[in-house]
Amino acid sequence: MFVDYTPEQKDRQSVIRDYIDRNINPHADEWDAKEEIPRTVFSALGSEGFLTPGLAPQFGGSGMDSVTLGILMEEMGKASVSVVSDLTVHGMCVEAIQRFASDPLRDHYLPRMAKGETLGAFALTEPDIGSDARNVKTQATPVEGGYVLNGRKKWISFARMADLILIVAQDEGQPSAFLVPRDTPGLSIKPIRGMLGFRSAMIGELQLDGVKVPTDHQIGTRGAGFSHVAANSLDFGRYCVAWACVGLTQACVDSSLHYAQHRHQFDRPLRDHQLILEMLANMITHLKAARALAWRCAYLRDQRDPASITETTTAKYFSSMVASKAASDAVQIHGANGCGPDYPVQRYFRDARIAEIIEGSNQMQQIMIAKNGYIENRKALKRMRTPASQ
Amino acid sequence: MNPTSIASKVRSFLTSFVQDDDFEDSDNIFELGLVNSLMAMQLVLFLEKEFQCKFSNEELNLRNFRSVDAIVTLLSSKAA
Repeated sequence: MFVDYTPEQKDRQSVIRDYIDRNINPHADEWDAKEEIPRTVFSALGSEGFLTPGLAPQFGGSGMDSVTLGILMEEMGKASVSVVSDLTVHGMCVEAIQRFASDPLRDHYLPRMAKGETLGAFALTEPDIGSDARNVKTQATPVEGGYVLNGRKKWISFARMADLILIVAQDEGQPSAFLVPRDTPGLSIKPIRGMLGFRSAMIGELQLDGVKVPTDHQIGTRGAGFSHVAANSLDFGRYCVAWACVGLTQACVDSSLHYAQHRHQFDRPLRDHQLILEMLANMITHLKAARALAWRCAYLRDQRDPASITETTTAKYFSSMVASKAASDAVQIHGANGCGPDYPVQRYFRDARIAEIIEGSNQMQQIMIAKNGYIENRKALKRMRTPASQ
Repeated sequence: MNPTSIASKVRSFLTSFVQDDDFEDSDNIFELGLVNSLMAMQLVLFLEKEFQCKFSNEELNLRNFRSVDAIVTLLSSKAA
C-alpha cells in the first residue's frame, strides 16, 4: 500500500502550501469575521488549477490523482475549512456534471467551472429534511420542454455566490437531480449569517417558486438523483472533508505546540506540565491515525477499488471527530487566549463541529460503518460459536 | 467473455460484500436487503473496473443491477 508521497506529489505539496500561505492563511480570520470570501479568491484558485482538481484535463481540469487532491484539501483545511467547503461543493457539482450530464452540458459548463467563471453548489438539504435525504420535498413537475421546480433548500454552502446549483427534487415521486442556473426566474437566495462555524462558506437558503429548467438540465435519469448523482457527489465530499479535517487537526497541533512552548505559567513553559503533554500526545497520535486512514482512502480511490467508498465514510467520521477533539484541546491549552480573537483556535473549534455534521452526520457514518462491519467480518462471525446460554 | 464467466465474477464479488451468500442468480438482491446504497455504488465501481466499461445514465438503472442474471444481461448487451 501507498506509504509516502512521490517526488511529484511532494513538489505539488510545496507549491500548494506556498500558495495557501501567501493567499489564504493571512485572510482566513478576516473572512470568518466578515462571513464572506471575495470572488476573486476563487478566480485565482481557478487560475492555479485548484478549483477543479479532480476534473479531466480535456475540460480544463487539473486531473489530480487522489493523493494530490488530498494534499490540496489538507493544506487548505489547515488554513480555512470555509474555503474547503466551497471548493468541495463546487467539486460535487463538477463531479455530477462530469459523470452524469449530457455532452453539450459538459462542454458548456465544465471549462467555465475550471476557470472559476461559473461557481457551483450542491443543494440537497431542506428545512425539514437532513439525513433522510431520499425524501426531499422539493418537487420537479414535468412540463413542455422541461421541468418546473418548487420548494426550499436550506444550509447550502456557497449558495450566496454560486452561479449554478445542483438541486435534488422529486420527479413524480422519484429523487432526481437538476442543474439550475442562479439567474433562473423564480429562484431566490437568502444569506444565512451567524453560523457557529464555516462562517465564510457563504451558506444560504434557496426558495424555488416555479423555476423552469430545460429537459437536458435533469442530470442522470429520473430516480437516480440520490442513489447515483448525490451519492457520487457525497462520496467526493466526504473524501474532501476527511482530508480537510486532517489539515484542521494539524493546525491545532501546530498552534498548541507553539503556544505550549512560549507560554509560561509557574515559571515554566506549558510544555513542561504533564497534563498539557497528555493533550498534545493525544492530538498528535489522533492526527497520525487520521492521516493514515485518509492515505488509505487515496490509495484505494486511485485503484478504483470498491472498498474506497466505505473506507471514505470511515475516514470522514474519524478525522472530523479527531479534529473536533483536537480543536477542543487546543482551546483548552490556549486558555482565555483560545477563546479570544487573537488566536485562530476558536475558529478551528467552531469549524470542527460543523465538519461532524456535513456530508452526512457522523451518526449516519457510524451506522454505515457498523453495518459494513458485519459484512467485512462475516467469515469470522460464522466461525464463532454461540454459547448455549444465548 | 461468456455469460457463465461474467456470472461467476459477479457472484464472487457479491458474496464478498454481503453477509448472507445464500441467494440465487435470479434473486433480487435489493429486495432481499443484501445491498444498500453504498454497496450499489461499490457494485458499479467493481463492474466498470472489472469489465473495462462505462455505464451510461440509462444503464445506471437499479433494475439492471437487481440480480446476477440482470447484471449478466446488461454486460452481455454492452459487449455485443
